[in-house]
Amino acid sequence: MRAFDELRKLEMFFKDESRHGVSIVDLYELVQHAGNILPRLYLLCTVGSVYIKSNEAPAKDVLKDLVEMCRGVQHPIRGLFLRSYLAQVSRDKLPDIGSEYEGVTCLAPLWKDADTVTDAVEFVLQNFTEMNKLWVRMQHQAFNWALWSQGPGRVREKREKERSELRDLVGKNLHVLSQIEGVDLEMYKDNVLPRVLEQVVNCKDELAQYYLMDCIIQVFPDEYHLQTLETLLGACPQLQPTVDIKTVLSRLMDRLSNYAASSTDVLPEFLQVEAFAKLSNAIGKVIEAQVDMPILGAITLYVSLLTFTLRVHPDRLHYVDQVLGACVKKLSNIPKLEDSRVTKQVVALLSAPLEKYNDIVSALTLSNYPRVMDHLDNGTNKVMAMVIIQSIMKNSTCISTDEKVEVLFELIKGLIKDVDETVEDELDEEDFKEEQNSVACLIHMLYNDDSEEMLKIICTVRKHIMTGGPKRLPFTVPPLVVSALRDIDSGVRTRIEFSICHIYCYVVYLLLMVNLKKADISVVLVRRLQRQDGDVAGEEEPATPKKILQILSQTIEALSSVPSPELALRLYLQCAEAAGDCDLEAAAYEFFTQAFILYEEEIADSKAQVSAIHLIIGSLQRMNVFGVENRDTLTHKATGYSARLLKKPDQCRAVYACSHLFWVDDQDGLKDGERVLLCLKRALRIANAAQQMANVARGSSGPVILFVEILNKYLYFFEKGNSQITSAAIQSLVELIRTEMQSDSTPDPAANAFFSSTLRYIEFQKHKGGIMGEKYDSIKV
Amino acid sequence: MVLVLAIGDLHIPHRASDLPPKFKSMLVPGKIQHIICTGNLSIKEVHDYLKSLCPDLHVTRGEYDEDSRYPETKTLTIGQFKLGICHGHQVIPWGDLDSLAMLQRQLDVDILVTGHTHQFKAYKHEGGVVINPGSATGAYSSFTYDVNPSFVLMDIDGLRVVVYVYELIDGEVKVDKIDFKKTATTRSAH
Repeated sequence: MRAFDELRKLEMFFKDESRHGVSIVDLYELVQHAGNILPRLYLLCTVGSVYIKSNEAPAKDVLKDLVEMCRGVQHPIRGLFLRSYLAQVSRDKLPDIGSEYEGVTCLAPLWKDADTVTDAVEFVLQNFTEMNKLWVRMQHQAFNWALWSQGPGRVREKREKERSELRDLVGKNLHVLSQIEGVDLEMYKDNVLPRVLEQVVNCKDELAQYYLMDCIIQVFPDEYHLQTLETLLGACPQLQPTVDIKTVLSRLMDRLSNYAASSTDVLPEFLQVEAFAKLSNAIGKVIEAQVDMPILGAITLYVSLLTFTLRVHPDRLHYVDQVLGACVKKLSNIPKLEDSRVTKQVVALLSAPLEKYNDIVSALTLSNYPRVMDHLDNGTNKVMAMVIIQSIMKNSTCISTDEKVEVLFELIKGLIKDVDETVEDELDEEDFKEEQNSVACLIHMLYNDDSEEMLKIICTVRKHIMTGGPKRLPFTVPPLVVSALRDIDSGVRTRIEFSICHIYCYVVYLLLMVNLKKADISVVLVRRLQRQDGDVAGEEEPATPKKILQILSQTIEALSSVPSPELALRLYLQCAEAAGDCDLEAAAYEFFTQAFILYEEEIADSKAQVSAIHLIIGSLQRMNVFGVENRDTLTHKATGYSARLLKKPDQCRAVYACSHLFWVDDQDGLKDGERVLLCLKRALRIANAAQQMANVARGSSGPVILFVEILNKYLYFFEKGNSQITSAAIQSLVELIRTEMQSDSTPDPAANAFFSSTLRYIEFQKHKGGIMGEKYDSIKV
Repeated sequence: MVLVLAIGDLHIPHRASDLPPKFKSMLVPGKIQHIICTGNLSIKEVHDYLKSLCPDLHVTRGEYDEDSRYPETKTLTIGQFKLGICHGHQVIPWGDLDSLAMLQRQLDVDILVTGHTHQFKAYKHEGGVVINPGSATGAYSSFTYDVNPSFVLMDIDGLRVVVYVYELIDGEVKVDKIDFKKTATTRSAH
């Protein structure tokens, strides 16, 4: 390169010469007498450049002469440098549009054949062709013995390295071509591209083909590529099978998608030239032509094509599906992928649409999506399923039809059931939990406000999760139950609104009839009313909640046999409450029965029993759907369970909690003061027993706090107006506790504090005045 | 000034998939000094999340919590206030103020925080306060049809506590403020 600088000085010198009166034409002739060919041609190029500048001859003639003369050097490296020099000196002298050399015909002003862009292109193309030939020939150059002795591999390696270093000399020509302003789309399409490609294809050299294809893509403008896609892509399958065509095509698609993203105005162009179809076709052909292309290459190509599609035609989902389909075809003979790099690409392929659309619903319409997923190994399949779930969660996508739910479950089936039994042991407990919790979260996203549709969704979800086996059910059943109960709730609400609406209609109709008093109109109205009536009756029968509850009953049953009895019991109680809200007494009773059976048969742990019994009492207390008989049966059972708990304090607490089953504030029919008192007295007896047991067993006094708790219950019902609870009873209970505490050798600070605050409360109520003050008046603390 | 977050009944993943994004963006680490959680988280991830907001986390056990390390009730003292936490499913009738007041006497606390009903409540009761922060995820409940996600932030300053209720109604966060003053320090007399 430094030599080129020196030659520039020489060029300046020649320019000076010509100014000093030496004819440039003479000089041009003169240098041709130099002895050695290489310096001669360098000189010639230098003088030639000055010659063109002098405008004494048409540029095209001089250039043509020079490019022909350079053929004289056939040594690849020397030739390459010489021609590179020629390209450099001539660069600013090409007869381009707007350049001073365009149309210069100084010797014969009326010469028809003026210098044109065509000549410039012709010159560069010819130089390019020659240079490429030299470059390709480099590899066949006479070899160096010294290197040969180190092994043929080394020679080849070294030569490839040399060639790589010189590739830009060749590529520069293409750059020059792209810089010629006169090369418009027309000329590029008709002349430049076909000629360049012809050279690329014909040279049959791997290195040259890869480099030059890439060069073409990088140096020419995007819109040219778009308009000549067919020609450009047509060359791809003709390249050597070893050429890394996937990188070339990926870059092309990258450029095109960037171009599409640059402005929305260019999108119609893409459609007009059917860019997708052409690319898709070309990729198919390349994959067909390069039989040895590893599966990784093919999938990488599809990833690029998909990226292109998503960026350029986001609205055309069938394109995406088409790409996935092609992938399925390619993967068809591999049931499960093993190569981790291929797996990575397939994951990229499947993730791209999710990221683009942020909406799984679109992906669910892609018929080939699950088919591609099937090829992933089980582990990756699960990862992909998690990606899908996360996408749904992140975007709060609601899946609202059972068809879509069906497809979705097909996609995530790896998480839903055991695909392969043998790998069971390798499961990481933490991972498994995380996965199942994700599925649980997902279930909340599957809903539809319409009860009919929701029922279908519930059935579909149920069908799938029931296949999950004992380990999964405890995760997946609760969200399904809640999801269904939520639906029942909304159903109840709609029905109420519906009824109100109908009542309003009736009123309007009746008013009309009264006012008009016309028989015919009345008849019409009566008929309509009757029809309306039928509708209402049909609507008011809560068929759907009933059905849902039946389904839930079966679902939870599966859970109780898993066994997860504690969870199942909680869900039964939830359902019982929901059934109660729907006025379905039989269903509610059935759910309680189920819960009780579980309690009796499956829940053995005393701690679990305590919390279960409190939940049973708590929900039973809230039920107002039961008739006297059913309610009696259930409360009797619950009280019985309470009294049979293992530890006395637990018994005592459960029994006094049962008192609330006989006294419900907002239900007038449920205020049985006598039975409340019975419960509290029973609790007192148990507290006494607990005390005695403690005395015998440990020589210490028992839990006094139980008495304080019962005292508070007495106060509660006393305030509520239960006539069975008298101030005298409260008074004696206070005295009892006081005595107990005084005799207690090891006072319990918690009990003391509780008692103090209770007494403070009594004081507070006494001073409050009014009815409450009067009530409390007789109690002395 | 001490900020205490009271939160509960998230029921993840049984009844909800996550906290509302609007709540998540409001709850940032470093601003809250204590978290009291009434229970029903229900999974470890939620515990970890709360812990990331503030390491001083106090949780009681809800009926769906499997973690048996959570106690049924818990008391702690913050500044001049004694606080009690309990999920509330043990207190029958559920959500009944008089019964909760009994628990408050039992735990001997100024502020009792309970959950279970998924309905935000704050009462002043014989000198003390009973608060239910509701369900932070707006989880399904048999108590009410529409559960609005809500949580409570308590600003405890000397003898005064300001309760801020954050409620998500139709996608908008509404904030309500309730002021309580501890009138007499009668408790210490006993």
